[in-house]
Amino acid sequence: MDACRGQEPLENSDKPPCGGGGTGLWLCGAMIDADEVRRRTRDLLRACPPADTDRLEFLRARFDAGLAWVHYPVGLGGLDAPRALQAVVDAELDAAGAPSNRPRLNIIGLGMAGPTITNVGTPEQQQRFLRPLWTGEEIWCQLFSEPGAGSDLAALATRAVRDGDDWVVDGQKVWTSLAHEAQWALLVARTDPDVPKHAGLTYFVLDMHAPGVEVRPLRQLTGEAEFNEVFLTGARIPDANRLGAIGDGWRVSMTTLMNERVAIGGAATPREFGMIGIVARTWRDRPELRTPGLHGELLRLWVEVEAARLTSERARQQLAVGAPGPEGSAGKLSFARLNQAVSGLDVQLLAEDGLRYDDWTMRRPVETDPAGRSPGYRYLRAKGNSIEGGTSEILRGVIAERVLGLPPEPRTDTVVAWRDLPR
Amino acid sequence: MNLLYGEVEDDLRAGVRKLLASRCDPAAVLARAETDEPYDLGVWRTLGTELGVVGLLVPEDLGGAGAGPRETAVVLEELGRAVAPVPFLGSAVLATSALLACEDEAVATLADGTCTGTLGVPLTTPPAAPFPAGVHARRGALSGRVGSVVDLEVADLVVVPAHDGDGPALYVVELPGTGVTVEPVIPLDLTRRIADLVLDGAAGRRVAGGELAVAALRAALTAGAGLLASEQLGVAQWCLDTTVEYTKTRYQFGRPIGSFQAVKHRLADVWATVSTARAVARAAADALATGADDTALVVAVAGAYASDAAVLAAEECIQLHGGIGMTWEHPAHLYLARAKTSQLALGTPDRHRTALADLVDLPPA
Repeated sequence: MDACRGQEPLENSDKPPCGGGGTGLWLCGAMIDADEVRRRTRDLLRACPPADTDRLEFLRARFDAGLAWVHYPVGLGGLDAPRALQAVVDAELDAAGAPSNRPRLNIIGLGMAGPTITNVGTPEQQQRFLRPLWTGEEIWCQLFSEPGAGSDLAALATRAVRDGDDWVVDGQKVWTSLAHEAQWALLVARTDPDVPKHAGLTYFVLDMHAPGVEVRPLRQLTGEAEFNEVFLTGARIPDANRLGAIGDGWRVSMTTLMNERVAIGGAATPREFGMIGIVARTWRDRPELRTPGLHGELLRLWVEVEAARLTSERARQQLAVGAPGPEGSAGKLSFARLNQAVSGLDVQLLAEDGLRYDDWTMRRPVETDPAGRSPGYRYLRAKGNSIEGGTSEILRGVIAERVLGLPPEPRTDTVVAWRDLPR
Repeated sequence: MNLLYGEVEDDLRAGVRKLLASRCDPAAVLARAETDEPYDLGVWRTLGTELGVVGLLVPEDLGGAGAGPRETAVVLEELGRAVAPVPFLGSAVLATSALLACEDEAVATLADGTCTGTLGVPLTTPPAAPFPAGVHARRGALSGRVGSVVDLEVADLVVVPAHDGDGPALYVVELPGTGVTVEPVIPLDLTRRIADLVLDGAAGRRVAGGELAVAALRAALTAGAGLLASEQLGVAQWCLDTTVEYTKTRYQFGRPIGSFQAVKHRLADVWATVSTARAVARAAADALATGADDTALVVAVAGAYASDAAVLAAEECIQLHGGIGMTWEHPAHLYLARAKTSQLALGTPDRHRTALADLVDLPPA
């Protein structure tokens, strides 16, 4: 995930990422129901018994049968069916012991590249990229944020200059997770510095193994490196790998980020899930650590975490009945604030143990499990929660303008040529 | 757990909002506050007889509407939004819940609005409070004093917890009556009155004793605390909506003040808090409606969260209105007083958290 960029879209959307989602879904929805999806899943299992089929071969066959992501268009791994029917497929396949495409290893690919390519890609691009993306054969990363463009993503400075059938790219990207494992990257670059910043951007697919692409780990305050810096020096991209029109990069980026939010919208969580559960267990197990002041603080946070959990649950229920509200966007704000407060309380509660750290070694985890790390790690890592994926300050501004309808700040940066912006 | 609003609830809301918009706008509520008739009994009767929302908690065979806590909660949201001066909390929630738990038929007279009641405990009593010891009954005659009883001055009956020869019991005392004195106090919240109840050999009808009395009182206080969260949500929502509108139209430094980040971020936080209050209030109403095992826990969460949410929204409303928010003329102070006093009502946030410590096994130091 790209940790430090602005995030303008917020509206929850349960629309499928396919362009013709509206009518297509309605027309096909009448034909494709749970029974039909179940029948097709069983056909797949008969044709490719998981026990006797190579893992990748099975995944490819599943994609070709339209059972990869049923709400995607026919021919691109889907059936143009309602998103909810995916659960029917997954349950059948789970029961049969079918292999998984290990979605957590390709989060950017599945959550962002897939929807974006489906929305704006050419048929050739869709055929080339979507299947290996879904099966996990090709990992994706996202090259959006730059040292000079975090919250203000549209100000980015990485240049792409046309040279015959290619584009030549120079610049630096940052906070790129999976860059060291990725085959492909979603890249936004400036193709015209002489127009206002939003208008001069173009969206590309970059081959991460191309000459001129250098990936360096970016070590964080926790000691590890979940992310990378990516240096682009004369890297070439064929024009065939441009996604969308020249100058349309901002609109395409917004498509990507909208889908990120949908992808993130999670499952129901039980009470005392996450960090509050860790602190609560310590409180119960170690009476010698208790003080009246910490008791008050713990109860206060316990209530807030439970209230936030109920808020997410309500947003989930709204989404499930097809009436998404803006409440989901409160979730990230409170998640960030509470994670930071609870992890700070955790360290304080532990007294001497709070002075210790588990491991400062520079490691490059693909997935992090804070529960398996020391309280100090959780405390440090939680600081990123109010920065990554849109800072809490940006989020408050977005809520104020998009949800409450408050007037925008007067701006000058959107009307002058990017070249003339102070930086 | 269903945290959404259903169609019936949407319709109820629309009906109550329409009535209150025409008969109970903030200017009218403010004007009434200093008169000899601080309660709007006309609106109260309309709520009971025309809209039929006073008996939502009461089953149909007992003369009620046969709905439940979820529907009642939506009515309370609207009443909070209007700081409507009607005795809904005392009568339709507290007295009704107590009498329902005692299976006493007097609940029917509350359900159709012909009679108004309240519960004879201080408004600050939390659900987990021990059974009150201030009133004693001897051969049906009650004596003692109960301070800060909500909606008492318009009540026709009061359900009084008392100790008699057999231990804890609940009695119904009719008002006015011999040996019953109601001493109104000057309330901080002008739109919800309190009064002290003085009993000196007053006639009471025993409606429950022993375990049943204890359970009925606790059920009434639990329902009250859980449903109060919805009223607080309504108060908070009005404060947020009104402040957002104001900051869009108030110009300083050549711009609407709502375009300043310092204002925007405060309002975004209020909005997030109100959204959260909605989730906890719905959770409490749903738990009360379904009789969930963890009702006490969910109600405590709602009580702890929604109280503070309403106070935050009301305080931000005053601050972001600037000078006009400090005037008598602007109704914001009615909402501030309602928010602040309801923070104390039926358990302060701290008392709810203390109850939670027990319920979720997080014992004190």
